[in-house]
Amino acid sequence: MGRALMFRAPDGRLLARALRLPESTLELDAEGWTALLAIARAEQMLGTLAWRLGEVAVPPAVGRILGDAARSAEQGRVVALWEAEAARRALAPLGERIVLLKGTAFVAADLRAGQGRSIGDLDILVPRAALDRVEAALLDAGWEWVKPDPYDDAYYRQWMHELPPLIHRDRDRMIDVHHTILPLTARITPNAAALLADAVEVAPGLWALSPEDMVVHAAAHLFADGDLAGGIRNLWDIDQLCRQFAVTQPDFYVSLYERASEEGLSAQVQRALRLCWQLYDTPAVGYTSPIRIDLNKRWSDRLYLRRVTARDGWGRATRPVTRMAFYIRSHWLRMPPAMLARHLWTKWRKGGAGPASG
Amino acid sequence: MDPADDTVLYRMARAESLSIVHLDSFAAVYHRASGITHLITAPAPEILATLGEAGMTRVALLERLARDYALGDADAEVLRERLDELVATGLVSRA
Amino acid sequence: MKHVFSVAIGPVGFRIGSDWRAPIAQLETLYGAYPKPAGDVPDFTVRLFAARPWRRVLRPSVMIGGDFVLPEAAPLPLAQGLLAAEMGMNLQMALGQRRYLLLHASVVERDGEALVMTGVSGAGKSTLAALLSLRGWRLMGDEFALLDPETGQLYAFPRLVSLKNASIATVAAEAAEDRFGPLLEGTPKGTIRHFVPDAQAITTMTQPACPALILFPSFGFEPAARDVSPSEVFVRLTQASTNYVALGERGFDALTRLVTSVPARAIDYPDTASAIAQVEAAWAAR
Repeated sequence: MGRALMFRAPDGRLLARALRLPESTLELDAEGWTALLAIARAEQMLGTLAWRLGEVAVPPAVGRILGDAARSAEQGRVVALWEAEAARRALAPLGERIVLLKGTAFVAADLRAGQGRSIGDLDILVPRAALDRVEAALLDAGWEWVKPDPYDDAYYRQWMHELPPLIHRDRDRMIDVHHTILPLTARITPNAAALLADAVEVAPGLWALSPEDMVVHAAAHLFADGDLAGGIRNLWDIDQLCRQFAVTQPDFYVSLYERASEEGLSAQVQRALRLCWQLYDTPAVGYTSPIRIDLNKRWSDRLYLRRVTARDGWGRATRPVTRMAFYIRSHWLRMPPAMLARHLWTKWRKGGAGPASG
Repeated sequence: MDPADDTVLYRMARAESLSIVHLDSFAAVYHRASGITHLITAPAPEILATLGEAGMTRVALLERLARDYALGDADAEVLRERLDELVATGLVSRA
Repeated sequence: MKHVFSVAIGPVGFRIGSDWRAPIAQLETLYGAYPKPAGDVPDFTVRLFAARPWRRVLRPSVMIGGDFVLPEAAPLPLAQGLLAAEMGMNLQMALGQRRYLLLHASVVERDGEALVMTGVSGAGKSTLAALLSLRGWRLMGDEFALLDPETGQLYAFPRLVSLKNASIATVAAEAAEDRFGPLLEGTPKGTIRHFVPDAQAITTMTQPACPALILFPSFGFEPAARDVSPSEVFVRLTQASTNYVALGERGFDALTRLVTSVPARAIDYPDTASAIAQVEAAWAAR
């Protein structure tokens, strides 16, 4: 392995470094490659790594694995876009804006953040007032409820920012229908109408958030919705989005900070950019005027980075204490305390408390 | 007759998005846009070939199928079911 | 992880890590003649681990992890650690293989041509492959056939042959004792014993073969045989593949090419002697 990494057990930083500096992998030996590939797989970033290393000379065995991953990501892209198209066909008669979120939006808009990216469920944003009609149209077009659980169903409808998940009976793919980008239980309530109004059409009948909102949403999702799980990938998304948007929009960061401030998500966006800079050298710029944005490292960033990179050379999740702290924290953010207690109690009674370990 | 029979246009998916291999009485169809394989048998291949990318109404399709393939069972109800199935697969779109 | 073993099986490399020495020691013995992964970089990682630290010693039970996992996979007792390793490797192939179209089938080869046997569990494809390998055929695999979309050739995956219940005695009657692993009783699949492929199967395991015949064997019926139409073969093989959908058009091209160019027969047999005779007859008539 490289000199800098020789005396340290590999963790998520090995992956971040390979993504940031593809040629840094030239110094990896077989053991280093094995660890890098296992970490990338565990973080669902092997396709992204394959794309980043496309121009780098890698050992033949590694090249075969990365080639498979690249083809697999390409197939994933086709399937994700088709799922979006299927939703568009089902919802077209409603005449509402269908805004794609997350990975599907990145590939539909042909952004660098979508290159090689693994894409899971289809996430869409629709106007809250149209939710009932969207639900009916999807059920009519072959989507079905995933779980008929009265507690979860009531919970979703009352407090979450989405319908309970639906799955298509033939294609076996999930769709999450959101009407805002954060749960209603979160203390922050972004302005969903503005998100919809500023969306841009990326394919006939399919929309994506504006560049600024895309980054704000990625940051909000990272800190508020996901107990930092998949953080190394979320931060990569943000890094790539910012780098690409800053090229075509000279004042991109100013409008990003303004937008984040309007949505009440300044702290999350600034934290995300600080972490991106420390992991990926993201060239985000701070300001003192017209708004004051200080992107210097904070001590607390270290804790976040430890959590985000908690992965060993066997692809195992490490640092369980940090992990649990963030799990509790993410629920705290989403729900007022009394509701949190009720939620956890219901989960414990059903025997499913805490994140999976191992 | 449903009033939509005469106004709604049905179109086959773009020809370059399909790979069709005739196996025996069945044909395997790979739909590149969705990544899904379909195994189809009469009258589905005939419907696809007749619709083409230009598209036509259900009434026109029924007439053409009866003329070109002498499909004895080409009644409107059966055709509607087959067409709905093809729309659900994405091999045919409705506009 | 504390104990590690790496091995290449056909064109696929594995790294198996374990909290315990015992399963690794068994793998070292049984896979002793196999090479290491190409370039020392394995395609897949398997992890055998304790659910809780004290479960390494106290009623030790083996959880199966790796690059790809099934959440519902139940742990096995440590005495069945070898089976856990094999299941872990199979799982990586089933869920993670993207280079070859994976068919749940056994494969044997003669004169550069491959015979593919597929069908539901219990149809005896592992047993048949083991018996044919004792009669001059090269064993290419008892679990997975790897179809290369680029060339249409089949690649070997000659892992240890997993013999279950009555078939253990059937094969043991014809093969030397040192070809077998430990007897694993009371597993979720009944009694299991692993059978080590012969030296020829291992030294030639990177050589592909041209598919020449597909058989669908059924055990427990009077001898019978029939042709199987290409569309039926197509459907049955998509159902026998865990990665057909994931491979997209490459999978479609590989499979349509296979079913339109290779004959397929279904054979029924009441016993192994009849099975061998029917396989040889179908092979001669292909």
